[in-house]
Amino acid sequence: MGAALPLGEPAPADGLLPASAALGAAGRAFGVYVHVPFCRVRCGYCDFNTYTSDELRGAKQSDYAGEAIGEIRMSRGVLEASGLPARPAQTVFFGGGTPTLLPADDLVAMLGAVRDEFGLAEGAEVTTEANPDSVGPDDLARLAAGGFTRVSFGMQSAVPHVLAALDRTHDPERVPLVVGWARDAGLDVSLDLIYGTPGESLDDWRRSVEYAIAQRPDHLSAYALIVEEGTKLARQIRRGELAQPDDDLEADMYELVDERLATAGYEWYEVSNWASNAGQRSRHNLGYWRGDDWWGVGPGAHSHVGGVRWWNAKHPSAYADRIAAGVSPAVGREVLDRAARETERVLLRARIREGLEISTLHTGGRHAVAALLADGLVDARAALSGVLTLTRRGRLLADAVVRRLLEDSVVE
Amino acid sequence: MSPRAVNPPVPAATDPASIRNFCIIAHIDHGKSTLADRMLQITGIVSDRDMRAQYLDRMDIERERGITIKSQAVRMPWQQGDRAYALNMIDTPGHVDFSYEVSRSLAACEGAILLVDAAQGIEAQTLANLYLALENDLEIIPVLNKIDLPAADPEKYAKELADLIGGSPDDVLKVSGKTGVGVEELLDRVVERIPAPVGDADAPPRAMIFDSVYDSYRGVVTYVRMIDGQLKPRERIQMMSTKATHEILEIGVSAPEPQPSKGLGVGEVGYLITGVKDVRQSKVGDTVTTAVKPATEALAGYTEPLPMVFSGLYPIDGSDYPELREALDKLKLSDASLVYEPETSVALGFGFRCGFLGLLHLEIVTERLQREFGLDLIATAPSVVYEVTTEDRKTVTVTNPSEFPTGAKITEVREPVVKAAILAPKDYVGTIMELCQSRRGTLLGMEYLGEDRVEIRYNMPLGEIVFDFFDQLKSKTAGYASLDYEPTGDQAADLVKVDILLQGEQVDAFSAIVHRDKAYAYGVLMTGRLRELIPRQQFEVPIQAAIGARIIARESIRAMRKDVLAKCYGGDISRKRKLLEKQKEGKKRMKMVGRVEVPQEAFIAALSGDVEKKDAKK
Repeated sequence: MGAALPLGEPAPADGLLPASAALGAAGRAFGVYVHVPFCRVRCGYCDFNTYTSDELRGAKQSDYAGEAIGEIRMSRGVLEASGLPARPAQTVFFGGGTPTLLPADDLVAMLGAVRDEFGLAEGAEVTTEANPDSVGPDDLARLAAGGFTRVSFGMQSAVPHVLAALDRTHDPERVPLVVGWARDAGLDVSLDLIYGTPGESLDDWRRSVEYAIAQRPDHLSAYALIVEEGTKLARQIRRGELAQPDDDLEADMYELVDERLATAGYEWYEVSNWASNAGQRSRHNLGYWRGDDWWGVGPGAHSHVGGVRWWNAKHPSAYADRIAAGVSPAVGREVLDRAARETERVLLRARIREGLEISTLHTGGRHAVAALLADGLVDARAALSGVLTLTRRGRLLADAVVRRLLEDSVVE
Repeated sequence: MSPRAVNPPVPAATDPASIRNFCIIAHIDHGKSTLADRMLQITGIVSDRDMRAQYLDRMDIERERGITIKSQAVRMPWQQGDRAYALNMIDTPGHVDFSYEVSRSLAACEGAILLVDAAQGIEAQTLANLYLALENDLEIIPVLNKIDLPAADPEKYAKELADLIGGSPDDVLKVSGKTGVGVEELLDRVVERIPAPVGDADAPPRAMIFDSVYDSYRGVVTYVRMIDGQLKPRERIQMMSTKATHEILEIGVSAPEPQPSKGLGVGEVGYLITGVKDVRQSKVGDTVTTAVKPATEALAGYTEPLPMVFSGLYPIDGSDYPELREALDKLKLSDASLVYEPETSVALGFGFRCGFLGLLHLEIVTERLQREFGLDLIATAPSVVYEVTTEDRKTVTVTNPSEFPTGAKITEVREPVVKAAILAPKDYVGTIMELCQSRRGTLLGMEYLGEDRVEIRYNMPLGEIVFDFFDQLKSKTAGYASLDYEPTGDQAADLVKVDILLQGEQVDAFSAIVHRDKAYAYGVLMTGRLRELIPRQQFEVPIQAAIGARIIARESIRAMRKDVLAKCYGGDISRKRKLLEKQKEGKKRMKMVGRVEVPQEAFIAALSGDVEKKDAKK
């Protein structure tokens, strides 16, 4: 999640949602995201809302679980008072930051609060992100025992000079270890990879991909490095110390990973995500792309319920103060109008393999499909059965495709 | 004793013997306006309190650039001995583009102050205007200005001036417009040296229009110099070129604010207001007479202004087109030499083909449109007027490359030619000759002015001058060279039209008529610029330069392969949507050439030569 909060209207102190948020809620899945805003060190490329111990200004890592639990308790009241039906959480996702910097018991306690307030649906997916060097076998076993089903490791690369450029501190040799421990604990495993790091060659990338596949994870994510304003990486590039990632090389890298993963039996289901089978897709993340509802817990966390997006106070100490005062931690929100919701629907759905039903597009969008087909950006077989799904080339140009689909759109 | 006149002569009742009409010939930034300001102050017609820097330059642009676009006249009283005089200072435009207006201003005077910066010496434009002044038999008073500057070298430049116009270096007055030193002496010299006007007070009135200014409150204000007879308020007047008649609603002199009078008599300079709304009804050079008993013979020297340089002006935001039309219509009221007609371009949309007196005129008009009317504009590469004859013996006048005949075989193309005079320190002679040679110039002659400055004269196609010649000249001579040119006729030349194609589609704004020897260089230049400026598309885009069907240069923009945000999770969605909305807005500023999306900025940059590498990301 980007560091800067969006511009929106102020959120009310009681956190109550407008009546429109409840419309159609029964048909939407509900999930919970819990943000853990702590890291041991800040990586040079990262602009996520996370803090090292000396940046916390009085907020305490040890108090955090209690504060987050406070928000979880508050959230049920807000949803109820806003007219939302009671829905069990289908998914819970702990992201960061580095969630595993907190004791496993804290994570289990927060999950417990979700279970208490909302209930967990049968077969719920419960994920935590983890750094290969911040978890041991005991932690993973305790998480599994506490109800976690899945762990996503930030492997990023298998090549030491690439990890160094990213400021990642772990030894690539540690990845097989943590994957093994997670397996032993009965957890599903996902690996995160980053490509396009300054200094990373296509061969470096191939090595990382092969190394990741060799671990036989259930799920893989591969992200092109985004150089965010305000990061150390952006400064290093501006000063000419590091090279700006090259779009063409990144395209080669994407093609490489998509091809290798396909050969190894993984299917893409979102632009940057692959799974060993449909059951291993991240249901939590699919919720974001399908426009489902979720409550985001923690500093700077974003939530979405029925076309209302809001976001919490960014700094952990400001967040803690609000929770202590019994005030909603939300500081800003936007109530999407119909046009904005349609824009989001198209831009998110176009990214996933499930795709967009072509008949739901406005006329201009439907007309654009033919040209997109001709350009090889849209899968022909899917299109003929009425669904817009991107080809590999189309995924690399997904933003351009979305612009064409929305061109001249008039949504009344 | 103050030389300020105690009983200044009254307009309409001034003995011509007490009148002196003069102008100041000076190069941009040699201090004409500052000197004029000092004169206003010293003669007492503008109080010290009301004085503002460069009082006479009315338009912001003029004040900022330190140049005078439109002339004006000011009547200043001055006492010498026991006689009170009326000194009419007629401000002349300083630039060659306005040489016709300059010539009319000069024709309104009997004398001229030749004002030269004591640190820089005379410049080419000044020289050109000096020739014009001598042709008009004006008495010249040489003056060195800015003698207070540490870099001033009055001895050197006094000698240069004396060499040029004859006489002794001691006759050259030395003044400082800034401090006022020498200005009283200069006013005295004006009275002593410049002849009084002569005319027939009993003849039918004849007044020459030397300027005509549109005022949004009063309509057109016409500045005239009376030659014969008298004009009075409420008199019906006739413009001799058109025979149109109007009633004088107000007549008077500028002092320097308008001061209505009972009329204007022989030799006087002043203004008329008739209520007309368009300067075209009151043309510079025309003769004003009375409608009742008109003069039979108009004053000599009137010509219609002829546009020399053409360019397409387009609003950057296409929806501003009606505003642009309105703005041009308004500007026309105050600028008799501006001509325009609607034009459309594939690349730039709807705009106007405009004719200008020269490059500076083009620049001034564009700047006024932007500043006074708040329009964002782009101007296509300036073009001159070509006469193209085809095999079937038809001749077409081409002011826009798109009019260049394509079907029939071309037998001859004629292009306008000018005589260019370049003044520069002698060290730059080689560089300048090289530049002129490369622009198809033929050397006419070279002369030393003083010890270290040279005047180089060339015959050159005007088309070569309008294509960034002046910028090149300036940059190759560290800004020292000055340029003046005058049209001398036309010549046949081997000219071709080079088209630029984007994915096979012609981009009309970049078509140019160039000499065959330069076609390849132009093609390489433009295709290279566009390759740098046009963002990558989802497909490869060839950029070609062609003469007819023959491709002479080719570049291509590789297809864009990656345009996707890698991560799009819960907290990214708002940001992503807003980015998309912004891109949609941005797309409105995109022009489509076939399937190729070209940002308006790319066209602008390619036309202006302002090429920076395109941003890899959007």
